Amino acid sequence: MDEITTVVRDYIIREYLQEGDDRQITEKTPIISSGIVDSFSMVSLLRFLEKKYSIHIPDEAATPEAFDTVERIAALVRRFQKAEVGSV
Amino acid sequence: MAFSDSFRHSYQTEIEGIKTAGLFKQERYIHSPQSSEIEVEFPAGSTVRKCINICANNYLGLSSHPEVIAAAHAGLDSRGYGMSSVRFICGTQDMHRELENRLTQFLGTEDTLLFPSCMDANAGFFEACLNERDVMIADRLVHASMVDGMRLCKAMQDTYKHSDMEHLEEKLQEHQDKRFRMIITDGVFSMDGDTAKLADIVALAEKYNAMVFLDDSHATGFIGKTGRGTHEHCGVFGKIDVITTTLGKALGGASGGCVSGRRELVEMCRQRARPYLFSNAVAPVIVAGALKVLDLISASTERRDKLEWNAGYWRGLLKQAGFDVKEGDTPIVPVMLYDAKLAQDIARDLFDEGVYAIGFFFPVVPKGQARIRTQLSAAHEKHHLDTAIEAFKKVGKKHGILGLGRKELMARCAA
Repeated sequence: MDEITTVVRDYIIREYLQEGDDRQITEKTPIISSGIVDSFSMVSLLRFLEKKYSIHIPDEAATPEAFDTVERIAALVRRFQKAEVGSV
Repeated sequence: MAFSDSFRHSYQTEIEGIKTAGLFKQERYIHSPQSSEIEVEFPAGSTVRKCINICANNYLGLSSHPEVIAAAHAGLDSRGYGMSSVRFICGTQDMHRELENRLTQFLGTEDTLLFPSCMDANAGFFEACLNERDVMIADRLVHASMVDGMRLCKAMQDTYKHSDMEHLEEKLQEHQDKRFRMIITDGVFSMDGDTAKLADIVALAEKYNAMVFLDDSHATGFIGKTGRGTHEHCGVFGKIDVITTTLGKALGGASGGCVSGRRELVEMCRQRARPYLFSNAVAPVIVAGALKVLDLISASTERRDKLEWNAGYWRGLLKQAGFDVKEGDTPIVPVMLYDAKLAQDIARDLFDEGVYAIGFFFPVVPKGQARIRTQLSAAHEKHHLDTAIEAFKKVGKKHGILGLGRKELMARCAA
């Protein structure tokens, strides 16, 4: 698991699982379609990623599908990291 | 023809998808007034049958109370059927203001504004009172109407884990750079029946200079020793900045809602809340009925006391029978089943046994948290509950779930 994947997974566990919730979150666990995170609460994850990695993820890219697993979220972060570098 | 075959086909496919997912909702036709015993036609076209109703928001049993009906009739005779206007053009009668003043007094606030529903109050409040310099920090289990209202507002949105005060404190610390912070919570959470930790929330609001927004729709009229709501129950009466609540549940159950709270916030709603500005005034007949409801519940706590007894008795019966019941002390008593199909099957079997209850499952509650939500009423007599528990036991036994805890029930569903 690379650094971004670990950071995203840890944040999801810390931010979204209630105390006593023993569900395992892996890279491929669906988090939105499974109801662990609803689209309304997803906003804090988006804000965390933008702040942590100094990137901007536009609304059209921040879809529930793109945020559905740790793996996809990490891929999205990497994509926009490259975009930020490219725009300098 | 504007509605082409392609339009029709597309919607039909979507509706089929809802059915396939097991999420298709069907109305049951009730042939009687709302009460603890109702006459139900279900499925459509079948013989009407009498059953015990254990899923209404008719907490105080006032939906069909003779004095409320008489007052509504008198209101109809003296002030007419409808206003044909929004409030600020020619839709405000003396009775509207009288009801607002009475609600202000009952809720212990500074002012009140009526809305067509509490859904509208929640949809309109945030946009009217907050802007992009502010943040709204909501409990993750708040009602959908607040979620919709927050989505219409330009203020930043954030959420905290359900009733997790440490998480809320973290969020308040994180957002100290905002102009205003508003904490948003239900008083009694409608699906779990638990009560917000309102005293802690108020303490955090004072510590971090935040306002508190409370939707008390499942509490007004019966939570707290005199039924004023969650703020009375938690010892913070007079300390809540905004309360939204409904006339559509305990307070007669017709329709209508309100924003009640700090004078300036209510005034901002009067000036800017779109559901208030662009929809008709609450009908005179409802206003007259609601005034009578306030008379009744201000004069005596008998109804809320009976409701409290009923809720405790029912909770005890369910536990004794071996059902997995969510802890709490409100008239919302969820029987946990975890599996959506099981919840639907049990609701259907209960109906066959003469008990009307509804299964709730995703997306109304989180996945894997399906349940039958039972709701008590002051209109229930002990014999209703004694009869209903026999039906629950019979159905529970049929499905082999009596005595099973959360883990066993979940394992049974997974098998």
